[in-house]
Amino acid sequence: MSKGLLGIEPLERAEIEQMLERAREFQFHGSGPLPKLTVCSGRLVVNMFFENSTRTRSSFEIAAKRLGADTLSITAAGSSVSKGESLVDTLNTLVAMHPSAIVMRHAASGAPHFLSRHLMTPIINAGDGTHEHPTQALLDARTILDRLGKLEGLRVAIIGDIAHSRVARSNVHLLSKFGADIVLCGPPPLLPPQMAAIANGVTLEYDICKAVKDADVVMMLRVQLERIHEPAIPAGEYFRFYGLRVEHLDLAKPHAIVMHPGPINRGREISSDVADAQCSMILNQVENGVAVRMAVLEKVLLQ
Amino acid sequence: MKTLIKNGRVICPASGYDAVASVLIEDGRIAGVGQGMAVHGATEIDASGLVVAPGFIDIHVHLREPGFEHAETIETGTQAAAAGGFTTVCCMPNTKPVNDSAMVTSYIVETASRVSPVRVCPIGAITKGSEGEELASIGAMMEAGAVAISDDGRPVMNSRVMRRAMEVAQARGIVVIDHCEDLNLSAGGDMHECVDSVNLGLRPIPGASEDVMVARDIILAELTGARFHVAHISTKNAVAMVAFAKQRGLPVTSEVTPHHIALHTGHMKPYDSNFKMKPPLRCATDIDAILHGITSGAVDCIATDHAPHAGDDKMQEFEKCPFGILGLETALGVSLEVLVHSQRINLTKLIAMLTCEPARVIGWQGDQARGALKTGYLGDVTIFHPEYPWTFDVAKSQSKSRNSPFSGRTFRGGPIITIVGGAEVWRAPGF
Repeated sequence: MSKGLLGIEPLERAEIEQMLERAREFQFHGSGPLPKLTVCSGRLVVNMFFENSTRTRSSFEIAAKRLGADTLSITAAGSSVSKGESLVDTLNTLVAMHPSAIVMRHAASGAPHFLSRHLMTPIINAGDGTHEHPTQALLDARTILDRLGKLEGLRVAIIGDIAHSRVARSNVHLLSKFGADIVLCGPPPLLPPQMAAIANGVTLEYDICKAVKDADVVMMLRVQLERIHEPAIPAGEYFRFYGLRVEHLDLAKPHAIVMHPGPINRGREISSDVADAQCSMILNQVENGVAVRMAVLEKVLLQ
Repeated sequence: MKTLIKNGRVICPASGYDAVASVLIEDGRIAGVGQGMAVHGATEIDASGLVVAPGFIDIHVHLREPGFEHAETIETGTQAAAAGGFTTVCCMPNTKPVNDSAMVTSYIVETASRVSPVRVCPIGAITKGSEGEELASIGAMMEAGAVAISDDGRPVMNSRVMRRAMEVAQARGIVVIDHCEDLNLSAGGDMHECVDSVNLGLRPIPGASEDVMVARDIILAELTGARFHVAHISTKNAVAMVAFAKQRGLPVTSEVTPHHIALHTGHMKPYDSNFKMKPPLRCATDIDAILHGITSGAVDCIATDHAPHAGDDKMQEFEKCPFGILGLETALGVSLEVLVHSQRINLTKLIAMLTCEPARVIGWQGDQARGALKTGYLGDVTIFHPEYPWTFDVAKSQSKSRNSPFSGRTFRGGPIITIVGGAEVWRAPGF
């Protein structure tokens, strides 16, 4: 089993720091055409997306191309999965084409972990079910560092559908390793009490005002209707009780930033004016996605 | 035909016997236990250094035939039983078709009589198709050989239907075995609800889903007077409720699987389907309660819930994999390790949990009596070594499937010779 990137939880803080630092070097500050590197030329990266994705998939693709690697992107709808092939057989077929890494998104928690036990090719997890989304946590950390300079001691409120969020889990593990105070907030069915015990420094809060109070970072999450099997909270009530609005920002620290992994649903979990506010980092996050994924791909491809 | 088993330590918990002695089996039945027996013309088996016990009884297995022969057949499943020291297995009705009629029961009984080295006693379905609505032909299945009724795996959700089933069972003197799970509480779940399930992003099966149904069934057992047996008990609350029911004198019994006392969520390899079963592996505190229940008597017997699944079915995303693991061949090794070598119970008690206790749950009588080395009982004997080290290699399992979390594990003590009706049906390699 080769080393890919399956999740944040098993990583050491030093490994994370290394990737975040490398990502900083890959950030693009100029104008004009993007610089194209050759460091990974001759390597093939296969993007295997069994779930829909716009930003993550294009971001991985751009990152691989900027490193000089070749990329191939496959979506489940057009693949043999839709013809009834098992996941192992599909991946074995891809492996026979000798990719240097497989970037994979799948609706089942643990799908890449299961595959990594049976494949030699390193797998980079681009989101598995409701489990982890490691590159999202890395780009979020990069974004916070760019703006606030540190992670340690920050108060980070993560608000929304925590239960179904792989972004929340990866962020909790990453921020916890760096000594941040993490406040998770959402309606009871979407905020399992056990979340408080998955890492150090996590507290739970059911009131958005208390969660946002004195926060340095407010991270909003989408309600993942596609993963919810029973109505958790009446649709009309969600924005009223858990939607981030301008008045909430007054409770946070003056320099506080607002983040969202996207896709955003204006008027559901975040108001339009907050999404477009000065403190909104949503597009910075997207931009950092490419830099972070370059750092991850470089590490995995050149190991 | 005579078989004389000599020089072994004979332990029969039901008769309170424990001595180095001989066991004589004649014409398929136990003919005597004693010291210095000399019998002419008997086939002799030397059991020096070994324990000679009544044949082990497993009242909860899945043989998968008819319908799922790619995972197991009556032949392969019963070979695994023989290799595990079991001389009687009771097979659950979730076959295809479901064993809800005398026809399917007869098919199993007849097939077993041709291919099985051990005794197979089918368990009939409670409801037609195990759909939880209309009662199955319980009387006809009993006449064809069914020894208990259960909708294992697809438990009866409708309490009124369960009440009717218990009324019929009470009248006919048959035990109702329930896989206690509130399917609404556990819907879509893949592992026990705990910090790990939340962290791994797996949908939960709360302990409460078991507790709620154990409570309901105990109440219905009291209402109807039926004998009610809790299959694969796994939560501390369920153990407490069974203890309470027994205290009130209700005919309630329970079984535990070896894996539910040997493993908890902390032992799971993340997303490894060899650790996926129902009920799911629970917490260390649940195991503590079950172990206490074993010593206090709330937990009556050990049953394996041997649940073979073909490799392809288990080689999938965790949430897609079916529930269940193999159990027959590792049952004694695991039980010795967790219960006897750890000094929690003595060997006699363990043997009781594998012989006379499951026999009492089913209630075999007359010419069907088994589970003890008493004269006239079925001549089934399990000879095992309580100490020798061996390593379980699932690749060499007698079962057709390979889904076990115990492969590669080394055990202290295991089955050596299995005797059914006086005939040796299995012997461990090298002995």
